[in-house]
Amino acid sequence: MSWVSKTLNSTLGKKLLMALTGLFLILFLVVHLAGNLQLLLPDDGKAFNIYAETMASNPLIRVVGYLNFGFIALHAVYSAILTRNNKKSRPVGYAVTNASANSTWSSRNMGILGTLILIFILVHLRGFWYEFKFGEIPYVTYDGVTYKDGYTVVSTAYQNILYVIFYVVSMAVLAFHLSHGFASAFQTLGINHSKYTPFIKKLGLGFAIIVPALFALIPIVMFLQNS
Amino acid sequence: MKLNSKIPSGPLAEKWTNHKFNIKLVNPANKRKYEIIVVGTGLAGASAAASLAELGYNVKAFCFQDSPRRAHSIAAQGGINAAKNYQNDGDSVFRLFYDTIKGGDYRSREGNVYRLAQVSVNIIDQCVAQGVPFAREYGGLLANRSFGGAQVSRTFYARGQTGQQLLLGAYSALSRQVANGKVKLYPRTEMMDVVVVDGKARGIVTRNLITGAIESHSAHAVLLCTGGYGNVFFLSTNAMGSNVTAAWRAHKKGAFFSNPCYTQIHPTCIPVSGDHQSKLTLMSESLRNDGRVWVPKTIEIAEKLRKREIAPRDIKEEDRDYYLETKYPSFGNLVPRDVASRNAKHVCDEGRGVNETGEAVFLDFRDAILRDGEDAVRGKYGNLFDMYQQITGENPYKTPMKIYPAVHYTMGGLWVDYNLMTTVPGLYALGEANFSDHGANRLGASALMQGLADGYFVAPYTVGDYLAGLSYEKVPEEHPEFRKAEDEVKARVKQLLEINGSKTVDHFHKKLGKIMWNHCGMARNAAGLTKAKEMIRALKEEFWSDVKVLGTGEELNLSLEKAHRVADFLELGELMVEDALHRNESCGGHFRDEYQTPEGEALRDDENFAYVAAWEYLGDGKDEALHKEELVFENVKLTQRSYK
Amino acid sequence: MNLTLKVWRQKNASDKGDFKTYKISGISADMSFLEMLDVLNEDLSDKGEDPVHFDHDCREGICGMCSLYINGQPHGPNQTTTCQLHMRSFKDGDTITIEPWRARAFPIVKDLVVDRSAFDRIIQSGGYVSVNTGGVPDANEIPIPKVIADEAFDSATCIACGACVAACKNASAMLFVSAKISQLALLPQGKVEKRGRAEKMVAQMDAEGFGACTNTGACSAECPKEIKQSNIARMNREYFTASVSTEKV
Repeated sequence: MSWVSKTLNSTLGKKLLMALTGLFLILFLVVHLAGNLQLLLPDDGKAFNIYAETMASNPLIRVVGYLNFGFIALHAVYSAILTRNNKKSRPVGYAVTNASANSTWSSRNMGILGTLILIFILVHLRGFWYEFKFGEIPYVTYDGVTYKDGYTVVSTAYQNILYVIFYVVSMAVLAFHLSHGFASAFQTLGINHSKYTPFIKKLGLGFAIIVPALFALIPIVMFLQNS
Repeated sequence: MKLNSKIPSGPLAEKWTNHKFNIKLVNPANKRKYEIIVVGTGLAGASAAASLAELGYNVKAFCFQDSPRRAHSIAAQGGINAAKNYQNDGDSVFRLFYDTIKGGDYRSREGNVYRLAQVSVNIIDQCVAQGVPFAREYGGLLANRSFGGAQVSRTFYARGQTGQQLLLGAYSALSRQVANGKVKLYPRTEMMDVVVVDGKARGIVTRNLITGAIESHSAHAVLLCTGGYGNVFFLSTNAMGSNVTAAWRAHKKGAFFSNPCYTQIHPTCIPVSGDHQSKLTLMSESLRNDGRVWVPKTIEIAEKLRKREIAPRDIKEEDRDYYLETKYPSFGNLVPRDVASRNAKHVCDEGRGVNETGEAVFLDFRDAILRDGEDAVRGKYGNLFDMYQQITGENPYKTPMKIYPAVHYTMGGLWVDYNLMTTVPGLYALGEANFSDHGANRLGASALMQGLADGYFVAPYTVGDYLAGLSYEKVPEEHPEFRKAEDEVKARVKQLLEINGSKTVDHFHKKLGKIMWNHCGMARNAAGLTKAKEMIRALKEEFWSDVKVLGTGEELNLSLEKAHRVADFLELGELMVEDALHRNESCGGHFRDEYQTPEGEALRDDENFAYVAAWEYLGDGKDEALHKEELVFENVKLTQRSYK
Repeated sequence: MNLTLKVWRQKNASDKGDFKTYKISGISADMSFLEMLDVLNEDLSDKGEDPVHFDHDCREGICGMCSLYINGQPHGPNQTTTCQLHMRSFKDGDTITIEPWRARAFPIVKDLVVDRSAFDRIIQSGGYVSVNTGGVPDANEIPIPKVIADEAFDSATCIACGACVAACKNASAMLFVSAKISQLALLPQGKVEKRGRAEKMVAQMDAEGFGACTNTGACSAECPKEIKQSNIARMNREYFTASVSTEKV
């Protein structure tokens, strides 16, 4: 076994992959949010549609996009492997556990939270990414240039109250996942310092609240605008 | 039999150096042909096993705990002495030697004690190299404190967990040799007997505590590093499993037992709270630096306290008796352990004890808190106060602590010569299991020093000296002597299981403990000891006819393990009483009511008792034979201790 | 006080085991939890029943031998060892469930007794400084900053009781392993071997079948010696640095 696979196959190595992919996905969330917030600009989707087109045509962004899919898959697959191994480490469980005395609920349920997020991602990709790429999509023209009108796809989708609820709930799940995952990734990378860790923890918590809240705001606002 | 202590001749300071040069060596290539058994993995055992394995010997290490790291050395709090003189306060090897001899009330060997003081400096170097995190000053160098009334600061410490850190150091060295294949570990294994073939110790018989299997282990030498026997008192600061079985089995196979009556009672322990109590917890002696010891002046007030009609803080200053400060103006609350303990017993015997059982005195921090502030006191003793509160449910910042003396250490043990060899050739005793270095009383922070000195720096030389004269051949484990010992152990297991009496093992242990504590404890007298002897004999008889041991011998069986140990304690108890009865003087941890100065201090009789009592086992039911090793003092003058 | 105890009973490693319920009375608040079990065992012995087996030795919170998963927490509701847990932490009429440590790497020996020798093997794989007795420099030769010595001490206070493994939902031993790696990585004496040590100890930890860390912090929250999470971060750092920097391929 090469030293690389030996390292990555150790429990620490697997955790390292979880942390690195997790941090990448956190970065992605920021970029994604920045783009999506343009949906709320009062320009009937112009900024958003131009932005979407620019992103889709930039080869670097496309590579990053595929990397992103890869990392989501890696994050999910490794978490499945780790969870399976961790379950094996305690073949017989306890009859009584009082885990709330020593840890937070979200830290103990990252697997469940992650699975829900994965389901959300699949629904989300099918609903938007797939539609943008391969679906029948209306076009719109700004200053003589034709763009795919993603904005209309989105705003149509968000007229369905069930869809909006699904989005908002999923963002809540994401918030819990991040509330543990953000700081946890730094800990796994070996970054724990009495000066910086409290800040990282606060930042993580802030991130976990603000970013999903802004994501959730979009369907809510668009639903209200349309109704 | 004339006891030969084999102290090398020549000036005190050169004895060990000369001896090391004169002893025989084993060729490095031949060391692997020898097998050594080490029983016990505390400071002495772990350090000896690791050091011998490093030299190239094959070592088998046994312990009854589930891991060698749990031996009771781990619980030592205070520190370890070493004559480093890092503090420039006039310490030296000779001063440490002198303090130890004097502290031991002139009942230890000059040669052994001097060697102990000499190697003390190497111990600190060794432990630091292993990564033991001793306390340090801001400049990065090692910190020292003065301990147990010593006039110099020579105690190295790791907060209140020095024993733990030193043991983990030795355990790590041991673990390294396990990984190297030089040490084979046998945890959860109890030594049941020593096997002597042609007059030499050639192995042991053990019981696997999980499967109950009785097994033989052959070797060229056997080292007993099995600690002290304080648990004969049932309640002590020892661990629940600490026992005398290994040493006692060796004694019955020919090893003389020395000075069993020397027991150290530690003055600052948390008092007994009821009959359910299983062990006593030590509170570090350092508390006496700031705490003031007192009891009410009158029995009436004490009674009100016991009935909880008044609180300690309500007692007026003029009604308090700070008895140590009054009686010993110059040392005050810092008098040595035995003096502090005896005085606590004295005031409680007068009826002035302060808790429900009447066996407790106050250790009060009120004045220290008023003087230095609560934060300063918390800084020094915070963890001890927390521990106290956890155990007693009382807050020592608000109400005085209650303390009472408890059995802590036993100075007696197997008789050994300068080489740490018992009277059975090839059988060694190290650490608290032997008798050699502390005389009649051990100084604070000296137990860790002795355990590690024996294990790291003495036994590795002296065992080699013995092995060099021995053939490589091992006695096969099928040898009749091994078979015989195995059969005896099996028979004993069977016997214990078949009694099927009506009382549990603990019942007998508690009874024995009470007898020992009442009649062979802090103060003894001939009448009480004579009575105790009868009582122990009767108890022993009752034990062997009415003990109830459940379960089988072929499984993990805690009551069976205990029954073996208590059976041996019953025999040892009798010898302790015998020893205490014969020693018609008071010295150190042995205080006979009949022998005291007009001021109530211990009165030694150097003319008649400046010797080591070494008892020889002669058979069941027979009185043991007393042998005397005269103590020769060429370098110190015998004086009476005074702390006025 | 009167209590109902639900205790895991298992004759030996291969037995299936189940809970037995015992009523116990006359328990005083001053008893330690283990003394309460002593009372139970005296009762059982008097009735001719096999006493409940549990590990214990020093009973002053330092040897690390006692264990017990009490009402869903290792060493019970307080952050101490079971031997230092006192009955005043419970109320009259309480039902207390007592289980053994549960982990693949800690097989049950009998009743509440488990085999923790995996910890010994992890230390044997590298939890030491490779120095022989004798031939070492003077203790004051290498000054060590007080803060570093104190930090190393904090890590060194681990008593190897296994509460971290018991508390962790993944039965991970990382707090235990990281405490030793940290202690030795912090001190100059241990630095010499720190790379190889991290690799070997982590490999042994994995081989023993302990789970991975998910940073729930349960281990530290339950550790009777308050060993900190930062040790695990340091172990990760040491391990990754070792992986990419040692010459061994």
